[in-house]
Amino acid sequence: MALKASALKVGDTHKERVAENLSRTQIVQYAGASGDYNPLHTDEVYTTQIAGYPSVFAHGMLTMGLTSKMLTNYVGPGRLTKFGVRFTNQVWPGDTLDATATVEAIRDEGGQKLVDLKLSTTNQDGKEVVTGSATARIDP
Amino acid sequence: MAKITFPVEASHIMMFARAIGDTNPVYHDAGAAKQSEVGGIIPPPTFMQAVAQFDPDYFLRPKPGQKWFGSGKGPTGLDEKPKSSGGLHAEQHYEYHLPVHAGDVLTAETKPGKTWERESKRAGKLSFRERVTEYRNQKGELVVTARSVSVTTERPVDQG
Repeated sequence: MALKASALKVGDTHKERVAENLSRTQIVQYAGASGDYNPLHTDEVYTTQIAGYPSVFAHGMLTMGLTSKMLTNYVGPGRLTKFGVRFTNQVWPGDTLDATATVEAIRDEGGQKLVDLKLSTTNQDGKEVVTGSATARIDP
Repeated sequence: MAKITFPVEASHIMMFARAIGDTNPVYHDAGAAKQSEVGGIIPPPTFMQAVAQFDPDYFLRPKPGQKWFGSGKGPTGLDEKPKSSGGLHAEQHYEYHLPVHAGDVLTAETKPGKTWERESKRAGKLSFRERVTEYRNQKGELVVTARSVSVTTERPVDQG
């Protein structure tokens, strides 16, 4: 279901819970699917004893993937033209994440309606873990 | 950098979508995907990252006969403790030019971009490195451009 420009206004938001009590197993699942087997994400012994972190932590790309789920649920699959993020804080096992998109602009480019969105994903302490932006094709 | 051939496969898309907890049928149900606007199974927006599976030299995958820096009998499989805790991902940006579907065979070509340094309170000296990857389909059309920024920290990021 695609968004309609006529039904959108600047400042509209869409928010979803994209992870609840994130498990180490889901991080392992992401390692297997993506092919990124960095032990920082899956190997508690290495990460605490060698790398010096309190525990393993999620791939930034898992957090971006979780954020993308909110985004495609909002704008519809296959509708994005741009999607970019900065990873501002690490995501740890046990974290609960909420992803939010806010409409920044609705515009027309060569007859195609587009929506520009501001993105923010926060953890259970309200700390921002991902900040970013996206653009999607929308219906008139 | 060498070009990597990246076959976009439906079962790989299904596993990737499961890993991000996305149950949208366009990622696993060929029939439902065919009936939908996208016309067939498509990959989620961040799927291009899984090109790592097809890079024969990808350094974050253990390889037979080579020492691996993760734990085994000891906390690292290397003889010496690694000097750095390695790179972290700082930024990732995608531009989607044309649709990609399961069954497409992409070619990925990565070019190095800018590098820069910055001091930080939480992790000491930060060294940033940018890489731009262009993904082309079997017709030679540019489908996705990805720009990643990785950062190597002087010490682990302080969580205070």
